[in-house]
Amino acid sequence: MDFLSILSIFVLAVFVGYYVVWSVTPALHTPLMAVTNAISSVIIVGALIAAAAGAITDGGGLSQWLGLLGVVLASVNIFGGFAVTRRMLAMYKKKEKKPAASK
Amino acid sequence: MEHAVAATPAWAVLAYLAAGVLFILALRGLSSPESSQAGNRNGIIGMALAVGTTLALHPTGLLLIIGAIAIGGGIGWVIAQRIQMTAMPELVAGFHSLVGMAAVLVGCAAYLNPGAFGITDATGAILAVSRVEMGLGVAIGAITFSGSIIAFLKLSGRMSGSPILLPGRHIINLGVLAGIIVLTGVFAFDTAAGMGQGPLMWIILGLSFIIGVTLIIPIGGADMPVVISMLNSYSGWAAAAMGFTLQNTAMIITGALVGSSGAILSYIMCKAMNRSFISVIAGGFGADSGGGGGDKASGPAKSYKAGSADDAAFIMQNAETVIIVPGYGMAVSQAQHALREMGDLLRKEGVSVKYAIHPVAGRMPGHMNVLLAEANVPYDEVFELEDINSEFGQCDVAFVIGANDVTNPLAKTDKTSPIYGMPILDVEKAKTVLFIKRSMGGVGYAGVDNPVFYADNTMMLLADAKKMVENIVKALNGGGH
Repeated sequence: MDFLSILSIFVLAVFVGYYVVWSVTPALHTPLMAVTNAISSVIIVGALIAAAAGAITDGGGLSQWLGLLGVVLASVNIFGGFAVTRRMLAMYKKKEKKPAASK
Repeated sequence: MEHAVAATPAWAVLAYLAAGVLFILALRGLSSPESSQAGNRNGIIGMALAVGTTLALHPTGLLLIIGAIAIGGGIGWVIAQRIQMTAMPELVAGFHSLVGMAAVLVGCAAYLNPGAFGITDATGAILAVSRVEMGLGVAIGAITFSGSIIAFLKLSGRMSGSPILLPGRHIINLGVLAGIIVLTGVFAFDTAAGMGQGPLMWIILGLSFIIGVTLIIPIGGADMPVVISMLNSYSGWAAAAMGFTLQNTAMIITGALVGSSGAILSYIMCKAMNRSFISVIAGGFGADSGGGGGDKASGPAKSYKAGSADDAAFIMQNAETVIIVPGYGMAVSQAQHALREMGDLLRKEGVSVKYAIHPVAGRMPGHMNVLLAEANVPYDEVFELEDINSEFGQCDVAFVIGANDVTNPLAKTDKTSPIYGMPILDVEKAKTVLFIKRSMGGVGYAGVDNPVFYADNTMMLLADAKKMVENIVKALNGGGH
């Protein structure tokens, strides 16, 4: 892919992000931060490439270890981020339907 | 390096695109609590797809990689299960620092082994455009890392939350920032850097770590909602920059989503404090506002009415409507469970109970909502500022627990006040205001006295928030009927 197509995807994604995030209810802003944190760990893709390539190319030793460390850090985030989001979201409950609960 | 990288096959490009779409759906799910769980599942599937695709494209060194995922994943999983909900702000800050560091590591790995990432030209030099992307990605990643570490230390109380003001900090920050930008430009044209040599990359990295620290230390505790949102945004831009280097759509889409998400949250937080983003980032708020406040506690001590837990219980039992206004003090004293119990008891007596949340209450966006949800308060009893503010005029009791500046009417009237123009919860319009505060001594974060304390319809409940609420619960239980 050339630079311009990538840039197009990026710019459109910024706009998608803009509209999607404004539609998030303020009550869920903390889970939003936790889940964005988890998905930004998609950077693990880069770490995986470095870790995998280092295993077959010469002179990739340091690069491989940096990649592996990156995989560890990103994995903490991925598992931790999604799990803690799940835990938080499970706590949001609606009022149980009881006759004349209020007023 | 003769290890040629073939163009990414079409199926993999589509898989990465699908992962990006699933991430969009993950955020979309958060538009309501009902759809949020499904959204989170989409996110998990997207991540599994991105990781699986990458491993299928590069099936070497798998043993070490799976080991690394297991170690990191295990640590993350355990943290997620054990963390207390009140500690969520520092957890998120800590997680941001990991994303930042991961971006730095990926950038360095790509710099040292560019052939593996397919970013070299015919002579084996790193493409100039890739060097710009790499330089930016590493710089943003490093700022995210060190900035988030400082935010983490401040939020977890391991470092004082008050601003640390270096002399000439604006000049230092602007100078370092200019240095990073200029060096990134030079980096793109430097032939030694193209061959993966020379100190430029490491100087950029070092400067970025430094500016991350100097940017965040002057920012005070209650401005943390902005800081943590901003770092959230940076972690996204770092991922996007790396996505450009790797020409990976999943990373670019995600980076753009997270980047704009954090930016929007920062904007919402700034607006809720009526402060400009620049003034928050410049820091120092709450430290040097000494002369600015028009109504600082000067002159003779003003008189206020103090009450006991029994008084508060009696007043609320006989009220028809009670609106509870929680703030950071509720989080600090972990009063949310006792508070919910109090709400339940009042409801049993036929009192209507609602919760009113100011956008910047607490230390991160949505902090109060999570704590109330943790205490089993149904989310449809919890209202945002603009939805409930008109109801204070008709309500019998406004019960303020651990909030201060967000209830200060000076924001509406006193043009010289540092919080002037900030939207506030109109608690003073309620028939009675019950205000829990540890003591009359301290003023809020902004260093401004709150006239609500001294109003005729206010009763101050001076105690630790949790103890006070527990005592009210006891009084409600004992003195009922």
